[in-house]
Amino acid sequence: MITVTPNALSDSPNKMDLTNIPPEQIALDIKGLNLYYADKQALHDITMSIPKGQVTAFIGPSGCGKSTLLRCINRMNDLVDICKVTGEINLHGENIYGSQIDVAALRRKVGMVFQRPNPFPKSIYENVVYGVRIAGEKNRRNLDDIVEKSLRSAALWNEVKDRLHESALGLSGGQQQRLVIARAIAIEPEVLLLDEPTSALDPISTLTIEELINDLKKQFTVVIVTHNMQQAARVSDQTAFMYMGELIEYSDTNTLFTTPLKKKTEDYITGRYG
Amino acid sequence: MNSLNLGRHISGQFNEDLERVLNLVMQMGGLVEKQLSDALTAVVESDQEMAKAVLSNDYQINALEVNIDDECTRIIAKRQPAAGDLRLIMAIVKTIADLERIGDEAEKIARVALEDFSSRQKDLLTNLDNLGRRVLEFLQLSLDAFARMDVETAIKIHSSDEKIDREYEALMRQLMTYMMEDPRSIPQIMSVIWSARALERIGDRSQNICEYVIYFVKGKVVRHMTLEDMKNL
Repeated sequence: MITVTPNALSDSPNKMDLTNIPPEQIALDIKGLNLYYADKQALHDITMSIPKGQVTAFIGPSGCGKSTLLRCINRMNDLVDICKVTGEINLHGENIYGSQIDVAALRRKVGMVFQRPNPFPKSIYENVVYGVRIAGEKNRRNLDDIVEKSLRSAALWNEVKDRLHESALGLSGGQQQRLVIARAIAIEPEVLLLDEPTSALDPISTLTIEELINDLKKQFTVVIVTHNMQQAARVSDQTAFMYMGELIEYSDTNTLFTTPLKKKTEDYITGRYG
Repeated sequence: MNSLNLGRHISGQFNEDLERVLNLVMQMGGLVEKQLSDALTAVVESDQEMAKAVLSNDYQINALEVNIDDECTRIIAKRQPAAGDLRLIMAIVKTIADLERIGDEAEKIARVALEDFSSRQKDLLTNLDNLGRRVLEFLQLSLDAFARMDVETAIKIHSSDEKIDREYEALMRQLMTYMMEDPRSIPQIMSVIWSARALERIGDRSQNICEYVIYFVKGKVVRHMTLEDMKNL
């Protein structure tokens, strides 16, 4: 039987209080994060908690800092010399900007997929096991299992199972992107970062990836940056709207796309920005 | 309409689409208002010509409803409206459904003017006048609030429906007394009762329009809320 409370009529279902998530359900806890490229501040005092096992989307106009924030989560910004970060990002309670952190180990826990599919010029099989081999796995049978499991999770197995040893570069763009996702999840990260994963793909491949994202959240915490607002609305559980390096609004996706609290958010998602 | 902030989309086409559909809604509202007003005049003044005109004009309202529905479907398909724009489209789609039904109720009222009433029984019809004018005023205010998306007015007039309900009940009691006094006039009184019922329903639908205004502005569904909760939104 369905019980309807007065609140259930106005609030969206499964709404989470994002300012007060129980600690055991938080995957990433970002506190007072500032980021500077030389003198220019690109992120201003970002504080947010990203819940475990859900999809969180970052949206906002170009240059708003959403990709920068995403890259902070696996310390990709370390590669930029002039970049300086203050504040904390806690991955399951441990500050990834702490002095004890092994960045390579961090990146095994936090996988990343980019805008353009970037398979290595190797076979499909070797692409998937690349990270696992580096991590020391040599057993052929284990590797075979990992390849099948990862490709199945990435919804690619049925299309490539008969040509695992052919070059990955022969796959279509959408398949390559799913291969890259399979490679990222082969090492079983805790968090998967997706930086505009479908912007170079056709609509059908895009839908396949979106469907995949929905499946992936059962095993991983997914954080996605996207320029496509409808995509954020479709795939994510929470959405964060950023503007000029600030986190303007962060709430559950249903609320953000129907009744945003901030005028800037409203203007952006209704196409009034600028 | 400036308060709706329609003109600020990057896409000028989208602005035009929304403005066009809103203009159609206003046109439809004006037509419905006139139909109700004419139907009431026809009944109270036994003006058969006017009653016939009301009957023959209803198709315009129906056509506008279909037209606006089409426009809204097209906007949703092409623009994927979000937030305020999405709520506006939802409010429009619901409002025009209510307006169309108000048009039908007006038609029902006009039909009563075409029935045979003896001169003594005609007095019964004037009883509808009070209720009718009150309902018409409520409809006008609701449409006004809609045109300006004026949430304060919408909340303020939302409770007018209770007054209409009370007046409807008073009229019912009066008509029942008539029936007991003069059973031969029951067929005519039944017609008056149907008209009163139609007016009461128009009150409910005008109240719905206020609720859509509140939904558009506040993003909250107030259909099942108390007045107090509504004021605290």
